[in-house]
Amino acid sequence: MFRWGKRLRRLLFAVLILVCWFPLASNAVDKFPGLGRPATGAEVAAWDIDVRPDFKGLPAGSGSVAKGQEIWDARCANCHGTFGESNEIFTPIVGGTTKQDIERGRVASLTDPKQPQRTTMMKVATLSSLFDYIYRAMPWNEPRSLTVNETYAVLAHLLNMAEVVPDDFVLSDKTMASVQARMPNRFGMTKSHGLANMRGKPDVQGTACMKDCAEFVQIGSRLPDYARNAHNNLAEQNRGWGPFRGVNTTVAPLAALSASRSVAQGQPSSVVASDDSVSPAPTGKILYAKHHCAACHGLTNKLVGPSFREVAKRYKGKPEVNAVLEQKIKLGGAGAWGNIPMPPHATIEASDIASLVSWILEGKF
Amino acid sequence: MIHNTPRISSAPENFVPADLISAVTAHGIDDSRRIFLRSSFAAALLGGAVLSGRAKAAEGEAAILEKQPWQTALGKPVAATPYGVPSTFEANLQRRESPGLTRVSAASVAFTPLQGLFGIITPSGLHFERHHQGWVDIDPAQHRLMINGLVKQPKIFTMDDLLRLPSVSRIHFIECGANTGLEWGNVAVPTVQYTHGMLSCCEFTGVPLSILLDECGADLKKGKYVLAEGGDGSGMTRTIPMENALDDVFVAWAMNGEMLRPENGYPLRLVVPGVQGVSWVKWLRRIEVGDMPYASKDEAVHYIDLMPDGLHRQYTSIQECKSVITTPSGGQQLHATGFYNVSGMAWSGRGKIKRVDVSFDGGNQWRTARLESPILNKAVTRFNIDWAWDGSPAILQSRAIDSTGYVQPPIRTLRAVRGSRSIYHNNAIQSWQVGTNGEVSNVQVG
Repeated sequence: MFRWGKRLRRLLFAVLILVCWFPLASNAVDKFPGLGRPATGAEVAAWDIDVRPDFKGLPAGSGSVAKGQEIWDARCANCHGTFGESNEIFTPIVGGTTKQDIERGRVASLTDPKQPQRTTMMKVATLSSLFDYIYRAMPWNEPRSLTVNETYAVLAHLLNMAEVVPDDFVLSDKTMASVQARMPNRFGMTKSHGLANMRGKPDVQGTACMKDCAEFVQIGSRLPDYARNAHNNLAEQNRGWGPFRGVNTTVAPLAALSASRSVAQGQPSSVVASDDSVSPAPTGKILYAKHHCAACHGLTNKLVGPSFREVAKRYKGKPEVNAVLEQKIKLGGAGAWGNIPMPPHATIEASDIASLVSWILEGKF
Repeated sequence: MIHNTPRISSAPENFVPADLISAVTAHGIDDSRRIFLRSSFAAALLGGAVLSGRAKAAEGEAAILEKQPWQTALGKPVAATPYGVPSTFEANLQRRESPGLTRVSAASVAFTPLQGLFGIITPSGLHFERHHQGWVDIDPAQHRLMINGLVKQPKIFTMDDLLRLPSVSRIHFIECGANTGLEWGNVAVPTVQYTHGMLSCCEFTGVPLSILLDECGADLKKGKYVLAEGGDGSGMTRTIPMENALDDVFVAWAMNGEMLRPENGYPLRLVVPGVQGVSWVKWLRRIEVGDMPYASKDEAVHYIDLMPDGLHRQYTSIQECKSVITTPSGGQQLHATGFYNVSGMAWSGRGKIKRVDVSFDGGNQWRTARLESPILNKAVTRFNIDWAWDGSPAILQSRAIDSTGYVQPPIRTLRAVRGSRSIYHNNAIQSWQVGTNGEVSNVQVG
């Protein structure tokens, strides 16, 4: 009886605590009645996909290097290159790391000023970051289209290309920790600095000297002459009137300050015709924007793929050309314009593809 | 019949003969006078044309002596452009990409044309853009904000819910951590648009994050961090220390009095005052309370500062005190000697601007500039200083000091500590050289 009494007392105490605590807690979460609602478990699971460095949030699953290579070649290589080395669209993912780095956990080439590029594998310290990002946002033009197992496979292949895991490796939620221990730059991050929060102490300070502060002023760097027009004509990027006009970078610098006041007064400016009837953009141009063609194709300049002007020039007037190009857009293609393949665009409506092709071939951009 | 005498007599165009005016005054307008009046207008227009041909400098300026098209024709009606646009004469001032900087424009940056702006507010249409995976225009009726993690009750808020909560409106700067990043090693770009144009300053309206965290019963003992996540394809995620989150971070829907522009995160973005732009997560859909930083891609691969010893500083976030002269600035051309109002912007992620000094000789002698109001916490402050240019070579610099006493450093001082291969957090003093030909160019001193 004594023992029951003690238990009963404990139980009563617990109930009392609950009764007192519960209304307090619910008050704390309902200051604004009617606003917000509880999230369901399924909703949280659908959105809460982040994976932390301690692998909290990592979903169960697995994928092999071999499977990853298949996915890589089909869906990743067009931007990142067959070996993850491409610098065409994004900075390279693989390269710049050695076996010694894997042992040491620090990437030596990061101190080499001659190292041309800092690749992802040179920088990243946490394997979780790669899984999280690939699963969340890749492929770039079709984010959230990889399954968990496909994500493991792609990451396994990427790690294999960086020589972190062997050819027959299977990456899974069980093996992630063992791979983390081999990340080439795993000890390459520091949090000891004052730039993370407001109370942090600055590492660099200037001086508020007002008088005779620099005995000798020397220009250490300026733009080379050949870069004068590299950002296009700066006269067209500044206000066309007023005291601070842009330099006409399409011509050589003025020999001397113009003495004529009239230059500063400005050229006669005609009133720009107030054309209320702005002609609508041709349908092709609207579709060009709608389907993000500009991500790879300029109208008149080469980007990742050929410019549409080049395409029109090559194909215009060829037999069956509309059908051929429509198929290329729909199914993707490679080889006609270099090594970077064009990915398929299965989701664009056939009528949009047809309009795009006609517009491209018209060549009026 | 018109008997509006004062209106006729006070007409600024004195091409109506005085005798006609008195006749109209006496008798009103009849048909013959009406015809005469009409022909007077026509003659006046012709006369203007003749005068323009004859106008001589000695008589005065054509802009004054001649009638201009905008004063001799009916202007456009109201709402001709239902959402107003700038004058056609301002078309040069646009957001621009830096040629060669990025290879795909959906993972790129468009810089704000600081060289043409006044005051402290960035017009919404000129706010800089930085997207990692393109921008989207999200239907606000479908948008949700989830708060989960170390909270008593994970919750979902609709836009309707959020707009009913107590809101704040505050002016803050937003600067990309990589602003001026191209200039760590050497001068790389010609104008202030490209050196400093990943900077904007706007008034934002939204609800403090602390209210939302409180509403979900966030565990403030264990929850030392929050993760903010975007709802677009990139699903941008950044860790924010709870200390900031509870201080002045807010969840904003409005910018400069209107809803956010889609390029800036419509319908919801995080505002993290003083902190680099990447943390101001756009298209914000989720806040998670956690007990450790998340090392997301943009905290583990990018936005990490490479030090000379090969270590990367991780979670560098604060935008330290910085300033730049915007007029005159690189790529501009002075056409005459004489007086100029030299003007620029100063800002600090740690507080208010206390003082800005300007040098015209590359940093040897300095004068203190005028600070214009308002001077706000973690916002751009406009400064001005008089300058009478005598035509000799000059190097213009500005140096800001903030309310913590921090002094903006020269580039050589920054490089001495951080080397020259970091991409981020370059808050060095900017130098603009004015040549004897009036051309202004970007240079680095020392």
